[in-house]
Amino acid sequence: MTDKSMTKVDTSRRNILKGGAAAAVITLAPGVTLRTVEAAVTGPATNAKRWGMLIDANAPSDVWDIAVEACKAEQGWGKDEAHANPATDPQWIRKVNIKDPKTGAKASLPVMCQHCANPPCVDVCPTGASMKRADGIVLVDKHICIGCRYCMMACPYSCRSFVHEDVHGQRPHMPRGKGTVEACTLCVHRVDKGQQPACVEAISKMGSDAMIFGDLNDPKSEIAQAVSKYVTQRIRSDLGVEPGIHYRGI
Amino acid sequence: MRSTSRILSLTILGFAILAFTIGSSIFAAPAKAGEVPVPSPAKAFKGEQCLEPTDVMRRNHMDFLQHQRDETLREGIRGQKYSLNSCIDCHAVTSPDVAGGQVRTLKPFCAQCHAYAAVSIDCFQCHNGAYQPGIGDQSALPADHQTKAMIATLEKQLAKGADK
Repeated sequence: MTDKSMTKVDTSRRNILKGGAAAAVITLAPGVTLRTVEAAVTGPATNAKRWGMLIDANAPSDVWDIAVEACKAEQGWGKDEAHANPATDPQWIRKVNIKDPKTGAKASLPVMCQHCANPPCVDVCPTGASMKRADGIVLVDKHICIGCRYCMMACPYSCRSFVHEDVHGQRPHMPRGKGTVEACTLCVHRVDKGQQPACVEAISKMGSDAMIFGDLNDPKSEIAQAVSKYVTQRIRSDLGVEPGIHYRGI
Repeated sequence: MRSTSRILSLTILGFAILAFTIGSSIFAAPAKAGEVPVPSPAKAFKGEQCLEPTDVMRRNHMDFLQHQRDETLREGIRGQKYSLNSCIDCHAVTSPDVAGGQVRTLKPFCAQCHAYAAVSIDCFQCHNGAYQPGIGDQSALPADHQTKAMIATLEKQLAKGADK
């Protein structure tokens, strides 16, 4: 539940302050430049937004392979495991095949961190490394993660992975290291720039709208309208963890 | 009178000893046999001036980075003044000791002093210290950021100041 009184702040003053820090290279005289702050400061994340995703499990199942590959390429996982073992390799997002034993109906769906409003991984973390941002994105602060894997035990969706092996060639925006736990970040580095997560972008480039990403709190957003239009489900909604990832057709 | 001159001479002697002690530690000669070599951090790949004067950066870079990493990760404040990626943007240099001089990394810069001072900070167990294209790229910022407007305003103000 978002606290509406916290969200209705006058942002005009803050925008001026943000703009004040936005100067880049200023020409003082020909050939003389003053280099100050490089870029506009954005944030902090607030609870005015609640990032979420709507996934249509009725979509052709091969789009989920594209989503998984896009995630690997963006975040740089799934390539370093010299002693690869499918049971322990990092899996930020995985394709899960489901079948109704009575009717024989089959479907596939991608499962990744569900970005719960009441995340059990955050409850159990002994160091505070497992954390939820104000806008609902659940992350691991690897600076203080001790690799105890309590969160992996607590996650009802088995969506966190432990890095067992040395990692090389990390992406600049996504540090990864042996001995820490990691999971889907909802591409927080892209979301903060106003972009879509890599999986959503890859799929929509294919012309599919099987994944919709957006702000669930904004009634005008595509996702909020879709969620109010269609009957959607969240996996294990009986647990009351209020995931941000909604599914259709499961 | 005599005691004054004695105090004066002792003071001068004291300063001389002090200056010698400080001087010898700052302007240390290349390491003698068996001593740890004095650090010589690599010159930056680009730029003449860091975000702060060199002595400030030497003393405080760890505080700048640690303070901001928490704000970035936990609060989602992006685009602030200091970042590890902007360190890499300028200070990552090639060295024959690292990957045969094929990649620009921070190792020739950071590791010099850290090894000398026995600092075992482990940034690069997780962060990639190698330069990758687009690392300092700010082009994908949100559409509402006001950089250009601010620069225009500041340029106007500076121009006004120059007229006066």
